[in-house]
Amino acid sequence: MSVFEGFRFRHITSPIHNRDPRIKFLFVLAMFVIAIFFTEFLPLLVLFFLPLPFVWIAGVGKQWLRSLRGAVFLASFIFVFNFVFGYFYRSYPSTTMLLEYSLAMTLRFLVLIESFSVFFLTTSPDHLSLALEQSHVPYEFTFAFTTAVRFVPVLAEEAQTIMDAQKARGLELERGNFLKRIRNYIPILIPLIVSAIRRSLELAEAMESRAWGASPKRTNLYVLKIKLGDLVLLALAVGLLVAGIYVRYFVEIPLLSTFLPQLPF
Amino acid sequence: MPSKAKHSLPIIEIKGLTYTYPGASKKSLLDVSLTIEKGEFAILTGPSGCGKTTLCRCFNGLIPHFYAGELKGGLTVADLNVNEHTIGEMAKHVGLVFQNPENQLFALSVEKDVAFGLENLGMPREQMQERVNWALKMTGITDLRDRAPHELSGGQQQRVAIASVLAMQPDIIVFDEPTSFLDPLGAQKIFEVIAELNRKLGITVILVEHRLDLAARYASHVIIMDDGKIALDGEPREIFNSEQAWLLGVGIPKAVRLWRLLEESGVALKGIPISSDEATQRLKEVLWR
Amino acid sequence: MIEVKDIYFTYPTGVEALKGVSLTIKDGEFVAIMGQNGAGKTTLVKNFNGLLRPAKGEALVDGVSTKDVSVAKLARTVGFVFQNPDHQLFSETVEEEIAYALRNFGFDGATVEKRVTWALNLLDLAEYRKASPFMLSGGERKRVALASVLAWDPKVVILDEPTIGQDHRQKENLRQFILQLNEQGKTVVIVTHDVEFVAECNPRVVLMKEGRIIADGEAKRILTDTTLALEASIVPPQIAQIFQGLTFLGFPSDVIDVSEAKKLLVEHFRGLRS
Repeated sequence: MSVFEGFRFRHITSPIHNRDPRIKFLFVLAMFVIAIFFTEFLPLLVLFFLPLPFVWIAGVGKQWLRSLRGAVFLASFIFVFNFVFGYFYRSYPSTTMLLEYSLAMTLRFLVLIESFSVFFLTTSPDHLSLALEQSHVPYEFTFAFTTAVRFVPVLAEEAQTIMDAQKARGLELERGNFLKRIRNYIPILIPLIVSAIRRSLELAEAMESRAWGASPKRTNLYVLKIKLGDLVLLALAVGLLVAGIYVRYFVEIPLLSTFLPQLPF
Repeated sequence: MPSKAKHSLPIIEIKGLTYTYPGASKKSLLDVSLTIEKGEFAILTGPSGCGKTTLCRCFNGLIPHFYAGELKGGLTVADLNVNEHTIGEMAKHVGLVFQNPENQLFALSVEKDVAFGLENLGMPREQMQERVNWALKMTGITDLRDRAPHELSGGQQQRVAIASVLAMQPDIIVFDEPTSFLDPLGAQKIFEVIAELNRKLGITVILVEHRLDLAARYASHVIIMDDGKIALDGEPREIFNSEQAWLLGVGIPKAVRLWRLLEESGVALKGIPISSDEATQRLKEVLWR
Repeated sequence: MIEVKDIYFTYPTGVEALKGVSLTIKDGEFVAIMGQNGAGKTTLVKNFNGLLRPAKGEALVDGVSTKDVSVAKLARTVGFVFQNPDHQLFSETVEEEIAYALRNFGFDGATVEKRVTWALNLLDLAEYRKASPFMLSGGERKRVALASVLAWDPKVVILDEPTIGQDHRQKENLRQFILQLNEQGKTVVIVTHDVEFVAECNPRVVLMKEGRIIADGEAKRILTDTTLALEASIVPPQIAQIFQGLTFLGFPSDVIDVSEAKKLLVEHFRGLRS
């Protein structure tokens, strides 16, 4: 579960946490777009290190690293895939160039992971739902989102309790061949699903009893306001895009492999 | 001591209410007639399956608007015919607090949960903030406003649920076994909060409970249901002391039970105590000469 | 016999739930583990069947440390009935539900059949044999969960908060049932905060507070001790509360049962008359 740990929100405040989620999202989007522009290693490396100051200011270093650690498996798969595919099916002037290219593609994936990780680590689900609401996403969806997030720890606990209850009736999850192991999870999934359905019904009753849908114009206790810090972040995002476009079309990007010894194969 | 004010205006009037859940073969409510007066603290009790929860759902319109099924008879709550008003409209007058604290809290912070109903009603922001603050204060949980519901104890969660219903300032609040998942001390605290809402704000309370030992002392009206019908309806001491209540298998307060046993053994004492304190007091008076 | 020797347990969230608990439960005892919500009661009993294993100290079932045995194996001796039956029920019929554990433990077809019938009759569920457990009422589902644990006839039965959501009559039936189980020689451990329920059974009470045992003895003695009640944040039984104010008249202080209360008062009144 450690990759999910990297995406979980903690109760901290920082200049980054306080930024409007919509602007933060635009920044992440800008990073993503620029990452698509480039297939060269160096610019992607710059992009990779770009969120670091934000991570440091927000104080979420440990969790952020954990999310990257979780992505290592997939990242290595991307690297190997690109290298092998390129080696056998594409012609590259040199193997070192292919290596650089594969590393660049891996970096691109990591840029995506890390920027979204920073986003989720510095944005509370409440903040996020507020942003969605103010972006005119229908309230049903925002509500479904917040409620789902709110019940994640509850469901996790319940899953554990159900596992305990069935283990106490002789269920051995580790035993048996592959098929048997899958079947072993049925006594856990069914109570979990049934419980989720019952819970939804109770929630619906409570929602209705608190005037759900009573007014066509739903108000909100809080409102997101764009502040100076948000404008700064927006300017940074725009600046990043401009810089990215400039480098793409007007700057000769050196390839590292031209400076490195060539591999014999 | 609570007493049934006989000259109060009725705030709930039910006449010959009969209800069957969709697809059910048996009726859940059979010819139920009941009057609740404004400002009362009514306890509704009875064996499992007697129809208490079904009746609660009628008070705020969940029946017939959320649970379809067949509803017949007169159902007037806060001068509104429930059949003709949406649940949303009823919510302004009747609040409903449910048994499971976890499943009636949706938001990620206590504050947002308390504001939920007000947001649904489209209340302007400044007014909402005031109401939320007021509701948090009335239930004694102002210090919990920024906490996430999952971090709270069951008793705290129920207080949040009460605050979120209170914020809409209903005339009536119905509590459906609110202390089921709480320990006795937690239950006591919740009853005290409910009693205060009844005393200070004049909110009519309907409390469905099995834990009569702890709750009976607050009641001014007791209704016992059995098998979809009203079996007993009246003044707490009379009802709890009746033979019928005992035969229905209701958890009569121990103090009353003791009085009955004494009477059966030839020791008839005056007055029927509704709480352990009252019982001790009465016994002291009689035994200490 | 269940023994825990100075056990400590901390949850991954950092909550220290058990801080040096030592307890011995002999075969055939009837014990109520009591205390406020969060005192560590459920954590303690989960150490009896290996669901949790102590970080420090030892938990022994019939002399064998729980660290050396799997939960499945321990379950043969220690049956655990969870608070919410819906956390267990998953089968298509009540019959299947009760047979589940029996099949896990490797009983042969004929024995399974026999045991299922026995358990159904024991809990008055014979008419629901082929019914879907999800279609039953709350009280009936609780009985199915209980039946599915008793089916394999464990020596020890642990019930976690068995009285929650039950009405008076259901609690009466449960009380009779538990006493019957105990009379038949089973070790019964209930985790509960329901003082009235315990007052009517008068078992051995182990009172917990913040991860420690603060009292261990007869229900009569412990539930009427006002200092203990305050310390453990529990509400004494109603009868105990009534008699607390009457001790100056010569009444004993350890009255918790309503019939005993009646007897004492009647005697006193008769004494007054003469």
